[in-house]
This record gives sequence, C-alpha cells and structure tokens, in this order.
Amino acid sequence: MTLSIQEVQHVALLARLNLGEEEKEKYAEQLGSILQYADKLNELDTEGVEPLDHILPVFNVFREDKVIPGPDREEILANAPLVEEGQYKVPKII
Amino acid sequence: MSKDFETVIGLEVHVELKTRSKIFCSCTNEFGAKPNTNVCPICSGFPGMLPVLNEQVVDYAIKSGLALNCEIADYCKFDRKNYFYPDLPKAYQISQYDLPVCKQGYLDIEVNGERKRIGITRAHLEEDAGKLVHQGTISSTTFSLVDLNRSGVPLLEIVSEPDLRSSQEARAYMEKLRSLLLFAGVSDCKMEEGSLRCDANVSVRPYGQEELGTRAEVKNLNSFKAMEKAIDYEVRRQIEAIEDGEEIIQETRTWEEERQITRSMRSKEEAHDYRYFPEPDLPPLRISREWVERILQSLPEMPEKARERLMEEYDLSEYDAHLLTLTPDYLAFFDECTLYYQDGKIISNWMMGELNKLLNQKNMDIAECRIKPAALADMLKLIDEGRISGKMAKDVFEEMFETGASPEKIIKEKGMEQISDEAALGTIIQEVIDKNPGVVDDYRNGKKKATGFLVGQVMQATKGQANPALVNKILAEKLNN
Amino acid sequence: MDLYELTLHELQEKLHNKQASSEEIVKAVFGRIKDVEAKIQAFITLDEEGALDKARKCDARGDFSSIAGIPYGLKDIICSQGMKTTCASKILENFVPFYDATVASRLKEAGGVLVGKLNMDEFAMGSSTEQSAFFPTRNPWDLDRVPGGSSGGSAAAVAACEIPFALGTDTGGSIRQPASFCGVVGLKPTYGRVSRYGVVAYASSLDQVGVFSREVRDCALVLNIIAGRDPLDSTCVDIEKPDYTEFLRDDIKGLKIGYPREYFQEGIAKGIKDTVKKALLKYEELGALVEEVSLPHSEYALPAYYLVAPAEASANLARFDGVRYGRRDFEAENVIQMFSSTRAAGFGDEVKMRIMLGTYALSSGYYDAYYLKALKVRRLIKNDFDKVFNDFDLIVSPTTPTTAFKLGEQTGDPLTLYMNDILTVPINMAGLPGMSIPCGFVDALPVGMQLIGKPFDEGTLIRAAYAFEQNTDYHTAKPDPGVM
Repeated sequence: MTLSIQEVQHVALLARLNLGEEEKEKYAEQLGSILQYADKLNELDTEGVEPLDHILPVFNVFREDKVIPGPDREEILANAPLVEEGQYKVPKII
Repeated sequence: MSKDFETVIGLEVHVELKTRSKIFCSCTNEFGAKPNTNVCPICSGFPGMLPVLNEQVVDYAIKSGLALNCEIADYCKFDRKNYFYPDLPKAYQISQYDLPVCKQGYLDIEVNGERKRIGITRAHLEEDAGKLVHQGTISSTTFSLVDLNRSGVPLLEIVSEPDLRSSQEARAYMEKLRSLLLFAGVSDCKMEEGSLRCDANVSVRPYGQEELGTRAEVKNLNSFKAMEKAIDYEVRRQIEAIEDGEEIIQETRTWEEERQITRSMRSKEEAHDYRYFPEPDLPPLRISREWVERILQSLPEMPEKARERLMEEYDLSEYDAHLLTLTPDYLAFFDECTLYYQDGKIISNWMMGELNKLLNQKNMDIAECRIKPAALADMLKLIDEGRISGKMAKDVFEEMFETGASPEKIIKEKGMEQISDEAALGTIIQEVIDKNPGVVDDYRNGKKKATGFLVGQVMQATKGQANPALVNKILAEKLNN
Repeated sequence: MDLYELTLHELQEKLHNKQASSEEIVKAVFGRIKDVEAKIQAFITLDEEGALDKARKCDARGDFSSIAGIPYGLKDIICSQGMKTTCASKILENFVPFYDATVASRLKEAGGVLVGKLNMDEFAMGSSTEQSAFFPTRNPWDLDRVPGGSSGGSAAAVAACEIPFALGTDTGGSIRQPASFCGVVGLKPTYGRVSRYGVVAYASSLDQVGVFSREVRDCALVLNIIAGRDPLDSTCVDIEKPDYTEFLRDDIKGLKIGYPREYFQEGIAKGIKDTVKKALLKYEELGALVEEVSLPHSEYALPAYYLVAPAEASANLARFDGVRYGRRDFEAENVIQMFSSTRAAGFGDEVKMRIMLGTYALSSGYYDAYYLKALKVRRLIKNDFDKVFNDFDLIVSPTTPTTAFKLGEQTGDPLTLYMNDILTVPINMAGLPGMSIPCGFVDALPVGMQLIGKPFDEGTLIRAAYAFEQNTDYHTAKPDPGVM
C-alpha cells in the first residue's frame, strides 16, 4: 500500500511541511507501509470499547484564579527570530 | 426583505469571561496593556509548557449555562483544534469539541411585541488567540506584528440554533444574551473591547422550504448596528444572487464597515481540517450536581424575574421595567434608590428621563455615574417637601451629575431653595400689592387675569424661587380680603 | 577506584565523610569526559565552568544532604534555564529557555551539579540516537553499535562513567531500551508520577521523565527528588509518594511475578529469552512465585502506539513555526511559506515522517479508522494489564528483542526500527511504571530485563530490582570504551 502523491501533498500542507518531489515519494511509500501495519488493528473487534483518551483516573485538576505576573517582555522575546515594537514580526499573511 | 425568501440566522457568540487570570496560566486577564506584557511561556506556547485550568472559568461557564437555561454536562473534556496562524502560539487552540460544558438551552426574545424562544445548541470553553496587527491592510501589507496579550483569555462560545429570522431578531437575541450574561456576572460584554464578539451564519430559502439554504459565515461584526447591517446586506446579496441564478457558496465573509458590504475572505489555501483530538494535558471534568446547585444558588435574580417584580411592586409599565432590567447596574441603581424613596414610578421616570439623557450625552455607563442612588432619593424628597420645584430639580440634577455633590449642598450653595416660608412670601407679596395699586383695582373690578401679572412680579422678586402654589394661595387671600 | 567510577550513593558517602570535595568529583567527571567523550559523543552541551562554580559553592556551604555536590546530566529535551535546550533538532539549535523544567529545578534545588545536556534522537523520535540532528552517540560497550534511543546520550554517559546519573524521557521505551543496550538501570515511572512541565512534549499522553543510574539505589534516590505532585502539570497527580529507599530490601519472598508468554515469542532473540529466563529462575530461588501469564493484546500495542504517538506529536510539534523562538526561514514571502519552509528545513526525516503520519491519522475521514481505533485498542491493552495485576505484583520480560545493533543497520525502513519498541510500548500505552536492569550478556553485549509494575507502585519495581542486583553482579561490569 502506498499513499498517492496528492494525499501526501495534502497532509504536508496541513502539517506545514515543504516537501521535495523525492521526499513526497519516499513518504508516500513509508506512510503507506506504516498504515498497512496499522491496519492490523482491524483484526480486533472494538465494538463497544470505550476509547482510552486519559489514562489516569483523575478529574477536575484546577488552579486558583490568581494573577502571577509573567517574566519581562525582553526575556520572552529574547529567543524570537524577528521583533519589532515589542511584537513578533512575521511576513504578510497572504 | 423579500416576499419570497425567508431569512435564517444562527449566531456564534464569543464571550470573554471576566476572571482575574487567564484560562490556562496565571497571566492577568486585563484589557489594554502594552503588547506582549501580559504574557508568560505558557500562553506564548513555549516548548514544554503545559496548561492548568482556572477553576473560576468553569464556575463562570456553569453560571452562564444556567442563565441560558442549558443542560450542564456532568462529564466534559477539552480538545485540541489544530491550525497554523501566527497569533495562535501552540498552533492548536484548546477548545471543547464533542463534549461541551453546556448544551441545549434557550433564551426568549421579544420583537414587535411578540415573544419568541431561540434555541442555544451549546456553549463551550476555549482559549482566545493573540492579536495580529497588519501594517496597512491585510492584502497590501508586507508584514504583520503579533501581540499575545489576549492569548489564553478565557472564552465561552455560545452557539444558537438557526432560529432567528431577521436582523431585528438577531439584535434582540444579542441584547438579551448580553443582558443575561451581565446579570450572571460572568463578563463585561463590551463589544468595543472585544469581550463580546459575534459571527453570523446567514442563509435564505424560499418560504415553505424545509431544507436550509447554503450559509455564509459573516465575521467582524463589532457592534449591534454592524451586525444588523451586515445581516441585512448579506440577505440582500444572497437573494439577488439566487434570483440571478447564481449559486451561494458556503464561505466565510467579512463585514467591511467603510464600504458597508460583506466581502468573501480569500479562501484559505486548504480546506479546513482542524483534526480535533482529546487534549492529553488536561484531565477531564466531572461536574457534580452539588457543584451546579452551588452555582445556581449564587446566581442573582435574572432580568425576566426582576422585570416582573418591578411591574408588580412598583406598578411600572412593562416597557419601563424592561429598560430598567437591561443591565444589572441599572437594576441595582433602581433597587438601591427604592431603599430611600418609596415611589418607584418616580424613580423610574427620572432614570429613564434625565439620567439616561445625561448618560447618553456623555456616553457614560451608569456604573461610572457620579449620582448615587441615595442622592437621587434625597433630591426627590426635596421636591416632595416643596423645597425645590420640578423645574429647579432638573438643574439640580444636572449639577449633581457634573459634580457628584449632594442636592442639599447644591441648592444651598446656589441659593436655589424654593421659598415656602408663608411669612416671608407674605411680606414680598404685600410689597408687590402695594407697588401695583392699579392692577389690584383691576382685579377687584373683576379682571381676574390680573393675578398673572402679580404672580410674575413675585417670581421676579424671588428670582423664581417662590413656591408657586403658595404664592397663588397667599395672593388670593390678600386680594380677596 | 577513580571518583568518576563511583555511583551516586558512593559519592554521597565520600562527600559526607569529607573524603572528597564536590569540586574534586566534578573535576574527575570532566577528566573522564575529556578522555572518552570524543568516542562516545553523549553530550550536546557541556558546562564545565558552571558546574565547577556550583561545585565550589557546594563545598563552601558544606551541606551535602540529598544530591548536593553531585554531578548529573539531562537529556536535551528537558528545559534548563540559561542553557541551550535543542531536542537534538536544528529547529531549536540555539534555543535557550529562560525557565527550568520542574525536574531540572528539583535537582537544582537539591544541590545537584548540572554537567551538560545529553544527546538523543531528535524530539525523542527514534531508538538509536542516530536521529540526532547533530551526531550519533556510540555504545560504550562497542563503539560500532548504537546506545539505543531516544535517550541514548543519557544511557551512554552513565554507562561510560561520564556522570553517575542522568534523566531521560520515555514515550515508548526511550529510557528502558537504551538502558538495556548500555547495561545500566533505567526507570520510567508511572504516567503522572513525575512532572512533565518544561519537558518538550513528544506524545503528551505517553511521555514520562525517568532516571538512568548504574545501581538501583541511585535510581531510588533520584526518584525521591523528582517524583511528586506539580501544580504546573495537571497530569502529575497528588498521590502519596513513599520514600523509595525504603524499598531497598533484599527480600522478595512471596512476591508474585508473572512473565507474559507474548513477550517470549519469536522475534525475540533466543539469547535474550534465555538470559531473562535465567533471571526468572534467580527470582524463584530468592523466594518469588514465578508464573507464566498472558497479555493477549500485546501484538496490537505497537501499531496502536504508532498512531497515538505521532498524532499527538503532530500537534505538539506544530508550535515550532519560526515565530517566537527557534529557526526561521527569512526568505519566505508570506506566512504559510515561512511556516512550511522553516519546518521543512528545521526537522529531520524521521520527525517529518511522524508528523505526517500523525496528521494523516487525525485528518478528516481517517480519524475513526486510525486514531479512534488506536484509542480503543489502548483500552484493551490496559485491561490486559489490569487483569494480570489482580493476581500478580510484578510482570517481568525482556526489555528489547535484540541487543544493541550496529550504527546504520536500521536506518532504512522505519518499521524495522519501530520493532525495537515492541516490548516497551505496551507499558506506556497502559501508563505503567517500567524499569530495565542489567541481567546478563549475550556476545559481550548487555541484556536488560524489564520489570513492570502496577500504577504508582514504583516501590515494588525498586524492591525487585534491588534484590536481583544484590544477588548478581551484572551491574558491576563496566565497559571500556578506551581512553583517547
């Protein structure tokens, strides 16, 4: 089983990954073989099985509504590739 | 709009909950700070950071749900909604997908004297994104700036059923919703600050057709007025398109205030696929009946109840009672005033009349008003005691509004007190009579209208402060003796 | 014995008895690092100056409680304030966090001396440390072989006596597998036992921080420090934390041990099966009751894991978009291009592959068939363990299907590489504590035995591991990577 190049392209767009043509082909094949392996799960009848989305039997973990000031803006922005007027600068949207 | 087409509207409303801190971190939830000053590594989506839920947010969600007659879920969870955008730091928004905290509620609106029940599909919690500021317009800009102050502000998204049939109904829904949330005390609902935001799903269909038409989602509705106009425009656009044989596309449109049109937002380069999945970093919620009960107990009197009470206790008209219960601040003002002054109708008249007029002039909120309810009561008592006339009271009221001074102080300082002292008035009146023997003769000879002149003279002599009723009485006595 | 060869608890003793200063220990450790690091390549970042400074302060204070004055390393996925934290990825090559992970700050507060940050597979995705964007780490027992992964740097550094202990993370075996390959003790606590705050997330529902050490006692000492409720991690629970050193008793009489038949089937190297079976005989000899048990859904854990983990990873790694930190493509003309080219250049092949896989598994039309199905299977896997633990205190199995393989041997087909996790993944899927301890050698390469416990019962793991260690001498064997 391999994925189509279109499928790979669609997924790459969703995941925001620029892929070269060769990479697309490689991922089409590799994803295909992993998904084929994943199809093994279909051997199991999971009708009526509750999906396990949280492993811990824990509920209602809260924090109090209390303000703790964050670090200085300079500290937060120190790792940013590009900053202007105390804000993250990004290229145009479209 | 058109005789042939029925408008169908559903509203998605985002309400910022007025907690002290953000939903998943301890940054302050405050509007208007300098860019990126109310942020921390958590709401800025730094590596390794984890969300911890603010308990107050859940309290507010339950409270809102109860105010909107919703079912409160006994089990709910959070999910990740995945999409890339520069103002979304984690590239996923923590939201609630299939198990929202509230569902199946309703609120009642009244349009043209007719009551209508509007269904609420669900209300769920989520975090707000940051703000993206474009240099110039979005299409001509070369770069944008990201401010994350708003990132992580708690939001409740309230989704209505497509039960609304006109922009008027949509507005009534928004007003009612705002009123209910204000009463519940969960948000300050300021559209101009973005703490109340609304997107409208608009479609049209031929009358009698059961199936819904293709809808457009209209965004950027920054005021009630903008919402009404945008809906009206969109309905017109869709009807015209259909009549021209065009097909309506399901899309997102934005309201352009300057041009007064809705415009298609350039379609994203991809179909939306949010890939929701359960948020592993947040354990689910179990909301016990005791918890809901506790919140229910803390819920103040809701506007409809209050309206009935005002009509019953104070014999107010439905209209006045409705206006007094639009916001909790209004109602609180009225209620407090009644502690010091019995006649609710008179209080209501002053609030609806002078107070509203001044608030509107200054574009102020009643909470900011310098006149306190007790002071209004004091002023009303001065009228009753005859110490000021109704006409003078308006000036006193204005002065109270400007300076916040007590009415007593104002009339003292300005010498505005009405002269109701019979002896003092008697002396002045006698002087007027003595000065105008001709007029007095005219009166005594049957020219009863001559008193008008004499009253005028008395008022002039007292700079208008004489109690008119008293003047008439004393004058009549003196002239007839 | 040289100072660098001593275990954590031996060093504690030296410090207490004033037989060595922290500065001497740290100097010895850096001496060792200089001798072997060029061959092992366990560290991405070293901070000799900072470590010596801290050591001198410890000496000056003279307080040697807990781990004060003792050097250690952190896997480079654990954020360390002021010290680069790269996740062995180009996208975070120059990222310096201004905050500590909770585990890092707990070790810091206990007085530990951070030596540096350890190599790993990029974003913890891999089983050989060959997926590091910078360089592969070598197995001290055989420099042609991998140390395992993803916490390969941590395991190799501890095995090569570069540091007495290290922290790693384990999502599908990333502590236990390299511990097994390198012949050291590796503990992955119960999901929820140790805080994940400040640990860069791979798969949030599976990730857990744990300990590498050369002896079981050290592992208990470190767990005492890092375990316990953290208000910054909602999944780090408020369950009473025992003193783990109290489980260091050479007594396992009556302990009920199950060994799952599914973990001794074909695909597991015969030498390994034999070695672990021998270890089970040892347990019997020591008074434990050993019986075969069954975990029938074992074979489905791996395919389910390779849907759940990548799905979560696809969201967790989405934040690396070049806006707030890390690498950015400055050439891009618009934001979408900037995101896509930044990420394409910043992530390595395996990471991209798993992001793609996870994105696909969550995407519209495939969610039910893949992701949701995997969550249901996850339930079945957990139920298997619950059932066995009704009657048993402990489950024992091999940690890995093979001993350490050669560099480059498993770089082609991802599925081959994933098979390394087949015995460790189910434990993460069930959220259980797991431990790998040395139990013998095959062809002069270490073999690890996996101990699996009930939720939050790390104590029993430590007890059983300690008893085995006290009655065998595999842990005393040391590799000789040779000095430059």
